[in-house]
Amino acid sequence: MNISFHLNGRPVTVRVPSGKRVVDVLRQDLNLTGTKEACGSGECGACTILVEGRARLSCLMLAVQLKERHVVTIEGLASGGLLHPVQEAFVEYGAVQCGFCTPGMILAAVDLLKRNPLPSGEEIREAVSGNLCRCTGYARIVDAILAASRRMARGKKR
Amino acid sequence: MMASDSPLEIGSAFPRQDAVAKVLGREKFAADYYDQNPLWAGVKRAGIPHGRLKAIHTEAALTVPGVVCVLTHRDIRGSNRQGVVRKDQPVLVDSKVRHCGDPVALVVAETKEALERALRRIALDIKVLPAVSDILEALDAKSPRIHEDHENGNLLLHGTLEKGRVEQAFQECAHRVEAWFHLPWQEHAYLETEAGWAVLQKDGEVTLVASTQTPFRDRAEVADALGLDLHKVRIVAPFCGGAFGGKDGITVQSLLALAAIHCPGRAVKMWWDREESFIAGAKRHRAMIYYRAGATASGVLHALEAKLYYDTGAYDHLGGVVMALGLEHAGGPYRIPHSRIQAFSVYTNNPVSGAFRGFGVPQVNGALEQIMDMLAEAAGQAPVAFRRRHAVRRGDINAIGVTVQGSTGIQACLDTLVESASWKAMKAFKAREIPFKRRGVGIACVMHGMGYGPVVPDVAHAKIELQTSGQFCVFCGVVDMGQGNAATCLQIAGHILNQDMPRMALVLPDTQKTLPCGSSSASRTTYTYGNALIAAACALKKRILQYAGELWMVPDEKEVLLVPGAVRHLPSGREMALADLAKGLNPSERVATARFRAPVSREMPVKDPALRLHGIPHVIFSYGVHAAGVEVDTLTGQVQVKKYMAVSDCGRILNPQLIRQQIEGAIAQGIGYALQEAVIVERGVMKTKDFSTYILPCALDVPEMETAYVELEEDSGPFGMKGAGEVGMDGPLPAIGNAVADAIGARIFHYPLTPERVLAAMDPNEKTGQKG
Repeated sequence: MNISFHLNGRPVTVRVPSGKRVVDVLRQDLNLTGTKEACGSGECGACTILVEGRARLSCLMLAVQLKERHVVTIEGLASGGLLHPVQEAFVEYGAVQCGFCTPGMILAAVDLLKRNPLPSGEEIREAVSGNLCRCTGYARIVDAILAASRRMARGKKR
Repeated sequence: MMASDSPLEIGSAFPRQDAVAKVLGREKFAADYYDQNPLWAGVKRAGIPHGRLKAIHTEAALTVPGVVCVLTHRDIRGSNRQGVVRKDQPVLVDSKVRHCGDPVALVVAETKEALERALRRIALDIKVLPAVSDILEALDAKSPRIHEDHENGNLLLHGTLEKGRVEQAFQECAHRVEAWFHLPWQEHAYLETEAGWAVLQKDGEVTLVASTQTPFRDRAEVADALGLDLHKVRIVAPFCGGAFGGKDGITVQSLLALAAIHCPGRAVKMWWDREESFIAGAKRHRAMIYYRAGATASGVLHALEAKLYYDTGAYDHLGGVVMALGLEHAGGPYRIPHSRIQAFSVYTNNPVSGAFRGFGVPQVNGALEQIMDMLAEAAGQAPVAFRRRHAVRRGDINAIGVTVQGSTGIQACLDTLVESASWKAMKAFKAREIPFKRRGVGIACVMHGMGYGPVVPDVAHAKIELQTSGQFCVFCGVVDMGQGNAATCLQIAGHILNQDMPRMALVLPDTQKTLPCGSSSASRTTYTYGNALIAAACALKKRILQYAGELWMVPDEKEVLLVPGAVRHLPSGREMALADLAKGLNPSERVATARFRAPVSREMPVKDPALRLHGIPHVIFSYGVHAAGVEVDTLTGQVQVKKYMAVSDCGRILNPQLIRQQIEGAIAQGIGYALQEAVIVERGVMKTKDFSTYILPCALDVPEMETAYVELEEDSGPFGMKGAGEVGMDGPLPAIGNAVADAIGARIFHYPLTPERVLAAMDPNEKTGQKG
């Protein structure tokens, strides 16, 4: 079937079986391989995307659920050649190692900061506890999200 | 986006260059290749732990629409054997099934759906044999043999290191302790499961993109197993989405190449799902470890005995080498006059175990550092004081009779720990009483040898090119599996050539473009390649300065300096862009290569040539001390790590941000190993197949970690560094084990320390520390 939705700010239509998983639609049909798959059962968060601004697991969603929705993947986060503040902080604070959890982790953080612009370290840990990282030990990730939240809050005041 | 105008400098904390592509989702991992609308390949696995293959029924699978071919061992022209030391593992089973994950038939199909349907329709006729799943049972002469052609039955490899007169020494001891420790399998659980993509090109070359730590060794293994010309196999190794040792050895490579040569002109993709990764991927070896240690009446560490049993599963993989490293490290960084250490690597019908960060040492150190606490307590000494008293200094003879030669910072690490604010805070943490909680503090020393040992050449070849764009391109033949060595390569070359990051370029490992460098493993990646790269970059620098000096007819090339993007004549200020200079050079003049072979020990603590081949002894070690503060819930038995500090001696630090990533990441994996990660295998059958049954540490399970460093110069290291990738993995389990024992007043000998085990240990009627 044809499914139309907004992807990273642009309207798209894909012709796929309605039961195809969103992670496969993104990676195979749209060549957006920034969305990762690491468990296929909603336990690791690597496939996180933003649907209507909220973090969702694309391995548990079917293509038909995208209909008329606004979707952001990691490829759509930076704008105008500038990294999103969360991306920038991940680079600067050493929150990236192998990088396979990174897209999902960043999008989970973006969702958090939208709901809670100045979270505590504990709130950050809670919010990304569904995103597994095997490399970092999380401390740099928490630091990066804290730094991004402060930077974004300062940006808004100005 | 992260352009910086200042030249790269050794020792500065700059963000790794690969992070930008990774946060943008642009970095292409092996799993991300869908080029040329690939076919999908997958394997039918045996599903039973031990048996004799009678027949493979593929007819029904071939009728599934979209199936391209079904291949079996009959389609393999080569040796059909792979393995790093013993080539004992078939690409596709031809006679015997030795574990549930053994691949029997390979299916290639147009879609994933067709592939899955076809795999379900393959029927295997296997005569079931009794399975061997217990380590000691496997060693019983009456047990079924897993490899009939192996002369030592189910004993893959064993070794003994002996020093002094152990039995007599124990009689001289006033204090003796002993215990059996049981360490579980650990799953690597890299987020990128085993993945690759391959195509047979028109010229007969198989191009293979794989998530691997060992592209050059893979090339040889694939060629041999499938009967291909070595130079008709090309392996490309992108950044791995995690590896930790689990991609040190063939996973998808031979299967993909086999599929590709049977589907000419079509690309083929294989990507194991998480369940398949649990069933077929290598694990950290399960181990049973016995220790006995004794001290004299005055509290001097006098005698040590250990017996180490590693379950290597169905195949050698790297099981013999893992055992040897455990054997070598079993005496720790201590002066012990009398020791006897025996190690056994045992075949079973369990899942295959292999390399995993730490490589046999987390198991022995997990036990040894708890025995040290037990002995210190028996001798009436504090854990820190006891270790300071016995820790080696450079020039000492270590526990296995080898001279400590390289830079040795274990004493300095202990000093740094006890003088730190974190250590005082940990003591204050312990002193504070909270209802229904018990708090404890524990420490553990660590040491970790670097490289391949005395026989297998630990060699890397570096290549660097001044491109006509004026950029310097580093051809890095050693994989970056996430640890950041690629960024460090650019830093090293940039530092020598006085260039900034935008003027550096990188080619990742590719057997066609980069030179052989060995594996990304053994804490040797940056050490060995870095040394080679220093030589290559210095040679290229010299050539460029000489060329510019001659062109400008200046009396001495020392008057010429490389600056970002240019060369400059200092006395005159005259300058030439590197892009222009490069155009005046022949292509071969713009390239420099160099080789480095790591130094080896000439000492012979053991005559057994097999043990030397398997790596004993090493000559350079990293060291450290870990301290953990835990809180035990007396109602639930839950253990939480609240405080953590690691002091490490990994030589000079090239990039503080990267070493911190290594140490913190290792601590998190170690916390999982100590408290929550348990691969469960019952009679050879994997029971933990996903992240809801195998629980990885999440952000709530890992505390803030304090890391500190003792920056001793390692003379042989690139800019004085030593390996940092593994040493952090050896400390958390014993530090946490000691902290839990400190908290509850009882020691637990079975890991991980699940709430059930902790509650049971708090029950005074429970007996622990026994064999079995």
